[in-house]
Amino acid sequence: MSKTITIDPVTRIEGHSKITLYLNDEGEVNDARFHVTQFRGFEKFTEGRPFYEMPAITARICGICPISHLLASAKACDALLAVSIPPAAERLRRILHMGQTIQSHALSFFHLSAPDLLLGMDADPARRHVLGLAEAHPEIAREGVWLRMFGQQIIEWLAGRRVHPSWAVPGGVGSPLTEEVRDRILEMVPRGLDIAQRALDLFRGVLGEFDKEIETFANFPSLFVSLVTPKGELELYDGVLRVVDADRKLVDDGLDPAGYADHLGEAVEPWSYLKMPYYKPIGYPDGLYRVGPLARLNTADRCGTPLADAALEEFRKLADGAVLSSFYFHYARLIEILFALERLRELLEHPDILSDRVRAVAEPNAEEGVGVAEAPRGTLIHHYRINDEGLISWANLIIATGHNNMAMNRGILQAAKEFVHGDRIQEGALNRVEAVIRCYDPCLSCSTHALGQMAIRLELMDHEGNVLDERMRE
Amino acid sequence: MSNEINITINGRELKAREQQTILGVARSNDIYIPTLCFLKGLSGVGACRLCLVEIEGVPRLLPACVTKVTEGMVVTTESPKLKEYRRMILELLLAERNHVCAFCVVSGNCELQDLAQQLGVTYVRYPYRFPKYKVDATHDRFLYDPNRCVLCTRCMRACEEVEGARTWNVRGRGIRSFMITDLNQDWGDSPTCTTCGKCVEACPTGALAVKGRATGEMKRKKNVLSQLSSMRDRGR
Ligand code: SF4
Ligand code: SF4
Ligand code: FES
Repeated sequence: MSKTITIDPVTRIEGHSKITLYLNDEGEVNDARFHVTQFRGFEKFTEGRPFYEMPAITARICGICPISHLLASAKACDALLAVSIPPAAERLRRILHMGQTIQSHALSFFHLSAPDLLLGMDADPARRHVLGLAEAHPEIAREGVWLRMFGQQIIEWLAGRRVHPSWAVPGGVGSPLTEEVRDRILEMVPRGLDIAQRALDLFRGVLGEFDKEIETFANFPSLFVSLVTPKGELELYDGVLRVVDADRKLVDDGLDPAGYADHLGEAVEPWSYLKMPYYKPIGYPDGLYRVGPLARLNTADRCGTPLADAALEEFRKLADGAVLSSFYFHYARLIEILFALERLRELLEHPDILSDRVRAVAEPNAEEGVGVAEAPRGTLIHHYRINDEGLISWANLIIATGHNNMAMNRGILQAAKEFVHGDRIQEGALNRVEAVIRCYDPCLSCSTHALGQMAIRLELMDHEGNVLDERMRE
Repeated sequence: MSNEINITINGRELKAREQQTILGVARSNDIYIPTLCFLKGLSGVGACRLCLVEIEGVPRLLPACVTKVTEGMVVTTESPKLKEYRRMILELLLAERNHVCAFCVVSGNCELQDLAQQLGVTYVRYPYRFPKYKVDATHDRFLYDPNRCVLCTRCMRACEEVEGARTWNVRGRGIRSFMITDLNQDWGDSPTCTTCGKCVEACPTGALAVKGRATGEMKRKKNVLSQLSSMRDRGR
């Protein structure tokens, strides 16, 4: 009997997120802070645990992208074992990750963002949600559900029917792929590609209606950071770190992810539990950078798969240098769905994919290990140290929401300046500020909101610290 | 040859042998009684109290794993009261240490987890104690995580009665009870442990595990200890 009951006092990583907009004495918004008022001390919590529990422990950090944590963690554990995992195991992990990317991006696009995009930002909030979408555009809603289900199916077929799968293990994966599962997934790829293509066309069609949002949705020059393949192509699972600037000029390239700490610093602010990573050579706070789908398409030279590359070519026309507006996160996600589906097919068609050599067995051989992967929301870093007995003595995790923390604050400020005037917060304003946050799809409760709800409180404060107005979505 | 005894369990009239426990009779007649500290092949200790049953004319509930049958005994193994007691015991066990199945090596193969599922424990009404016990990973092959121990002493009995090493002991009393190896020293430094792995096989939870197994990967060979001891009994 392999049912699992989960007796788990640990709740999701989330906080009651509060955004404060500060007015200057002329009554204009001049600062914005996205407070993360609760943070679960996962790093502390893991101290003293056997390292091979880490993939499963950290997979619980996020309810939406457990697979990314699972993989970054398994990779950090590979580094502790100091082994290279069998090639088939790496391919299987990549397939699992494609499943995660597809399901997460589909959720983000079709469930969370499409209502805004297709029903309009100023639409009645009571109807601006996925059910409203299902009424107005039943086909799109249905296809979004299918695509997400496809991603989830891949995860379930590979890793088993578990709330939090732990199939990726230190040294490889738990079990090989069966022919049947391979064929079932392969059969579904064409429909996925078709849906992604059409969603892309649809999105391009409505882009024109969002000039103002594009202009103001965290649209500012910044650095972008992500993994790329050693050849400079889009990469989600492994590779080297690359940094580009707002002109898409290379700032740094070929960085070994294990040495991330030489390049990325982490600042702490008293008003947020979420640390503020920055690019070290530039310093804090000017070394602000962004990670995620937009960053990945800005850093990579190309995707490396035909359909995604064709879409990327169109995407590049949006700007001379890097595409800057976070509004285009949506666009980038759709291109990545295409990429993920194409890569998925390639991986599944590899002659070695059914190999049953999927695990390297070893004792820990290194006392420190780093694992980096590109989660749907951006670069994810797991870094562990163990003692002689193999128990964790120190851990550091940088999640995508962390990398984007400074950029999120900057983006909120920009949107608030444009849409908040006077001493009241208007309905459209709240929604736009929320939508900026949603672009980053942070790993907070707000990113899991359904039906147009978001557990976010927006408050407007004058220069003397009086709260003038407050808005909260119930 | 022991004398035959007549007893009734849940209304069924059954034949038993003298010296048999209620649990023994129930099991040989396919009557299910939940157990945790009991392991076939080891002596019974009646530690966990999950196997409590009602006996007509006896004001207290008695543990089936150590209570011997007597002529004319009338036993009830299922009742709302028993169900409530069993649930309560499980909830207390869960609250006492850290049973976070989500990243436990035996998740999916755990007796405690199975029991919780069977008895419908979907929440724990007692405050968790969240102890933070140090994991003993000093042994070359095995790992002892006291955070997941339910103090059933199956490890101790397996080590003593089957292996004859007597590495495991209980230190302290009541809520401070704690399984230790030898004179409360690191397992890796144990002068008595033969690395036979019997304690790891005996443990019902993830407290004892083979090193290097990831979450959910630790599977135990069912009945290996009881087979061992019954083969030995036959040899004697
Ligand atoms: S491995 Fe064997 S000898 Fe060592 S403690 Fe366990 S049962 Fe006893
Ligand atoms: S370590 Fe396992 S077998 Fe030993 S007392 Fe604890 S739960 Fe029981
Ligand atoms: S099984 Fe009888 S008291 Fe534990």
